[in-house]
Amino acid sequence: MQVALPRIPITAAGRRLTLLARRSLIPLLGVAAFLIFWAGAARSVETSLGTFPGPAEVWSQAGNLWQEHLRERSRETAFYERQQARNDSLAARDPDAPIRWRDYTGKPTFFDQIATSLSTVAVGFLLAAAVAVPLGIVCGLSEGFYAAVNPVIQVFKPVSPLAWLPLVTMVVSAVYVSDDPLFEKSFVNSAITVALCCLWPTVINTTVGVAGIDRDLVNVSRVLKLAPLTHVRKVVLPAAVPMIFTGLRLSLATGWMVLIAAEMLAQNPGLGKFIWDEFQNGSSDSLGRIMVAVIAIGLVGFALDRLMLALQRRVSWDKQAILR
Amino acid sequence: MNSYLEFSRIGKSFGTDDGVFEALTDVSLAVDQGEFVSLIGHSGCGKSTLLNIVAGLEPATTGGAILEGREIREPGPERAVVFQNHALMPWLSCYDNVALAVKAVFGGRRDKADMHDWVMHNLELVEMAHAAQRMPHEVSGGMKQRVGIARCLAMEPKVVLMDEPFGALDALTRAKLQDSLMAIQARLEATVIMITHDVDEAVLLSDRIVMLTNGPSATIGDVVHVDLPRPRSRLELAEDPAFNHCRRRVLDFLYAARVPEPAAGGAPWRDDVGPREAADADGAGREAAAPGDAPRHSGRDRAA
Ligand SMILES: Nc1ncnc2c1ncn2[C@@H]1O[C@H](COP(=O)(O)OP(=O)(O)OP(=O)(O)O)[C@@H](O)[C@H]1O
Ligand SMILES: [Mg+2]
Repeated sequence: MQVALPRIPITAAGRRLTLLARRSLIPLLGVAAFLIFWAGAARSVETSLGTFPGPAEVWSQAGNLWQEHLRERSRETAFYERQQARNDSLAARDPDAPIRWRDYTGKPTFFDQIATSLSTVAVGFLLAAAVAVPLGIVCGLSEGFYAAVNPVIQVFKPVSPLAWLPLVTMVVSAVYVSDDPLFEKSFVNSAITVALCCLWPTVINTTVGVAGIDRDLVNVSRVLKLAPLTHVRKVVLPAAVPMIFTGLRLSLATGWMVLIAAEMLAQNPGLGKFIWDEFQNGSSDSLGRIMVAVIAIGLVGFALDRLMLALQRRVSWDKQAILR
Repeated sequence: MNSYLEFSRIGKSFGTDDGVFEALTDVSLAVDQGEFVSLIGHSGCGKSTLLNIVAGLEPATTGGAILEGREIREPGPERAVVFQNHALMPWLSCYDNVALAVKAVFGGRRDKADMHDWVMHNLELVEMAHAAQRMPHEVSGGMKQRVGIARCLAMEPKVVLMDEPFGALDALTRAKLQDSLMAIQARLEATVIMITHDVDEAVLLSDRIVMLTNGPSATIGDVVHVDLPRPRSRLELAEDPAFNHCRRRVLDFLYAARVPEPAAGGAPWRDDVGPREAADADGAGREAAAPGDAPRHSGRDRAA
């Protein structure tokens, strides 16, 4: 038996609406459901610092952190204006007077901490990439070399950053001695720890990418008698770019995760230290502020991944590859 | 003895998990300058191996190939290869693929404008100048193969080595490319060694057809001289008794090599089945074949 269904004409506008729904409505619904669940669950968790913060408390804490940031900035401007005025009047009275310029030494705000964390991860990641990509290329090109370094890679790959940190700290304080250091020692410690941990995904993926180059393409290069460096530049590198970027994306994600732990331990200014300080503070606002940091860490990590993806899309020749 | 290109008792063995596998033994052949030689034989008999030895991409186990009195030890642009699956760099445009070869071979000896002209000249030769700036994934299989041929010719090779250059193409495209290859060869008088599975193609293009016996330990089973005047036209040749005689000889060889005891009643193939299908009836080494030539084997059950 056939039931006559009313035919709904699907117009172009209607189709666009369905597409809009699928693209944004459904994810929004998912987020809303999560927020409701969070709000409900948070109320029933009692800690020594009060109830676990729900979305509303976290939102208001985020507002507070922003206000603190603005206040701190205006204080800084005021400080520099006062200093400028003082020094100007000093110079006007006596041109030879010793004029001193001081840097503002306020407490870094939450947003300053995010910036610090970003620069630390950037330095660590670039350091790692600068070592990992060439190392991976050599590993992929030479089976013998790969066999030689593979055991080392396999053993160091699963090592947690926290195990490295004390060693890195000791080595850095022994080696990195300078009266006027360009970078804080704690910054160098975290950056190197991050680098050590995000080395491996790039090394391994680059190796796989280089070793897996189509044999015909390698044979073309051999027939053309390309010089080794030209071979790497014109054939190996472009062929392996998709895999190199897969590795770099994994590395950056690892690096960002590792960084928070490293900052907590190294007492390097940054999001990790922010969380640690709030934890030590133990005020009634602390949990809410930590939760803001947690969400910020997630959002920044997500943004970094998208950034790498966009970069990969730009440089990769393999436009058909499905990139997620 | 003093031939242009000589295969001197070439033998090749591979070490495999279950012992040494002897693919080729005692392959000897003398090729004249400007000659067009086809290699034909069942799948897995060692044609690609032989071509790779001549290209210098693989060393022979015994014997060797000699070009102009010098033993071939390594690959080089004077023995350019056209690969079965075009082997274009997917990140370079058609133009840049040819330019890569031109720069590698002539860089430092010719100036920029000269090299550009040479790249374009070779693309024009294969009628691909109009798509020079397109990427390989934006052009058809036949066009990619043309660019591969342009890249090969742009190296100004002494010997052109082609491994089933038209294997992955449909019959019409293949016919077109065969015609342009004949025209180009007539102009450049290049020495060509081409692997093919297609009997018609071999007879149409070659001066000589070298037939390899089935592996393991494959060697040259027979050589057919194709004494047909050039330029050749495929339409006129279809009626030509000399053409059909050559075709028949190659088919006889291939078929005898495949079925030891011929069926009763003369020719083991049915006459209404095209020679291509019969020629494609493959041996046991199917797994060694490149994926591109799979579609052409669909008719083999009818042929057998
Ligand atoms: N690297 C290798 N190691 C072991 N055996 C190999 C190797 N390369 C080729 N062979 C074997 O040598 C034989 C000849 O291979 P080859 O690729 O030359 O065949 P072919 O005649 O080109 O076949 P097709 O027509 O299918 O391309 C095959 O049996 C193959 O299995
Ligand atoms: Mg082959």
